[in-house]
Amino acid sequence: MATVIIPTPLRKFTNNTARLQVSAGTVHDTVQELTLNFPDLKKHLLDEGGNIRTYVNIFVGNDDIRDLQREHTAVKEDTVISIVPAIAGGSPSPTPFTKEELARYNRHIIIPGFGMEAQQKLKAAKVLVIGSGGLGSPVLLYLAAAGIGTIGIVDFDVVDDSNLQRQVLFGVNEIGKPKVEAARRRLESLNPYINIRIYNTHLNSQNALDIIRDYDVIADGTDNFPTRYLVNDASVLLGKPNVYASIFQFEGQVSVFNYRDAEGNPGPNYRDLYPTPPPPGLVPSCAEGGVLGVLPGIIGSLQALEVIKVITGVGETLSGRFYIFDALNFESKTFNIKRRIVNPLNGNNPTITGLIDYEQFCGMRAVEESPLKEITAKELYAMQVNGEKFQLIDVREPHEYDIVNIGAELIPLATVAANADRIDTDKKVVVHCKMGGRSAKAIHELEEKFGFKNLYNLKGGILAYIDEVQPELTKY
Amino acid sequence: MIIIEPHIGQLLTEDAVNTFPDECCGFLFGREETDGTRIIIDILVVDNSKEGDKTRRFEISPADYMVAEQHALDHDWALLGVYHSHPNHPAIPSEHDRKAAQPYFSYLIVSVLNNEIITMRSWLLNEEQQFEEEKILDYQFS
Repeated sequence: MATVIIPTPLRKFTNNTARLQVSAGTVHDTVQELTLNFPDLKKHLLDEGGNIRTYVNIFVGNDDIRDLQREHTAVKEDTVISIVPAIAGGSPSPTPFTKEELARYNRHIIIPGFGMEAQQKLKAAKVLVIGSGGLGSPVLLYLAAAGIGTIGIVDFDVVDDSNLQRQVLFGVNEIGKPKVEAARRRLESLNPYINIRIYNTHLNSQNALDIIRDYDVIADGTDNFPTRYLVNDASVLLGKPNVYASIFQFEGQVSVFNYRDAEGNPGPNYRDLYPTPPPPGLVPSCAEGGVLGVLPGIIGSLQALEVIKVITGVGETLSGRFYIFDALNFESKTFNIKRRIVNPLNGNNPTITGLIDYEQFCGMRAVEESPLKEITAKELYAMQVNGEKFQLIDVREPHEYDIVNIGAELIPLATVAANADRIDTDKKVVVHCKMGGRSAKAIHELEEKFGFKNLYNLKGGILAYIDEVQPELTKY
Repeated sequence: MIIIEPHIGQLLTEDAVNTFPDECCGFLFGREETDGTRIIIDILVVDNSKEGDKTRRFEISPADYMVAEQHALDHDWALLGVYHSHPNHPAIPSEHDRKAAQPYFSYLIVSVLNNEIITMRSWLLNEEQQFEEEKILDYQFS
């Protein structure tokens, strides 16, 4: 006779007998004999179709019958058969999906290696997107569509017509409205199963930790260095992964900073890559330097991809790597980056333990050391109307001058020093550019090198002049 | 009713905290009184053999199960149940727990929140294949 070992949970159906003797034959015969003698065992061993239940394992000796001939496995006189219940379970799913959500996310759920598990992680995740412009637009659209459960959006700006060349989140109806509110409306109409939280404010050292603290993953789509360092430092201080992207003219960059691997070791962050910011004015923003509209679409989509990978753990993230895309030559490169022991945030001797003044850190405050004399567009207009004697200089590029100008003498920024002799020294000189940044630099250069004392910067540049004085002119 | 000796409670706590954020799992051994009260005298810590996300699922391999049955025989104890942890979730059985649950076994669940034990609760299947709570009696007061 062969022996069957009954597991403890089923012994109450076998009169508390642990070992039963059965005739030789096959496993199928053994199960039939058992269920005939102990009918209560049947529903625990067999399903409605009479097959062995998937959560019941039958071992012959030390081998699972699934690895032998299944039910047809031979049972000999000396065979020991063990019935082994599968022991499994788990904590509840974060929040079960509704029928509508399952239908919506079907194309995710059916991907092998992604599935329901990854989709549930997306639903449980909270992602903060900083900046809802060129990069933020595709990031927000794809993250909302993918079913990220909670999305926070930080932006202080309002939608401008010149944004629509690349910020595909917005339409003409939203011009003049706060970006975060326009974004929320668009995303809610795309996916009603998620939560959107908005922060219509400048992210700064006072509010950054409180805003970022609530989120699992940060997506940095800002366009300036002070905010970039602020987001990086706050993410590292709070232990959050920071999915970074930036764009300029024809080039885009992507990386994943401060990502903890399976062992809990953090990856490199922005300060490992760029210990100090570039001098102010060296790298212009998109508003000053321009950007090809489709580029943020490409780079922002890559950024959204990395956010999804960080959340789900599917695939290899860009942590420890830095990706660069050159749209002009259609070339991309991926560099390896490493943590540095001198990183002031999490190197061997951390010196930054809280948020600092990032404007000052990036040299923006230095401008205030020799105060810049400014005039507003309205004041300039008054001077023009009153026939006051003054010189007006435009330091933009010739192609910008061709789009729109207000009758100034054109001396591009790079050439002001060489053309200093064309600038009056005995009467008021008003210098302007598009928004006021380049003209401020021109004034500083002229003051430092030639000692000019009569230079005035047009506040807000030609754009402010168009808004306040001549709205019929072309804005760009 | 189930009684967990203090040093057993300590072992369960350590396993749950050390395994966090994954789910820990193992077996409970002891004896059953005539009134149905179960006294847990020993545990066997086993690996969570679930492939994939172990933070929300656990699985015990058949080989470990057979070791547990043998362990009970060797010490003349009864194999009384299974314990596992719910990281960042309450100690209430989930649908996954119910579907895979065995009759007779006590299912002891340890709730761990950010590395700290919050509660321990024990559950038993009834005839309708639904879980009913089994009161845990504090050893000192028994």
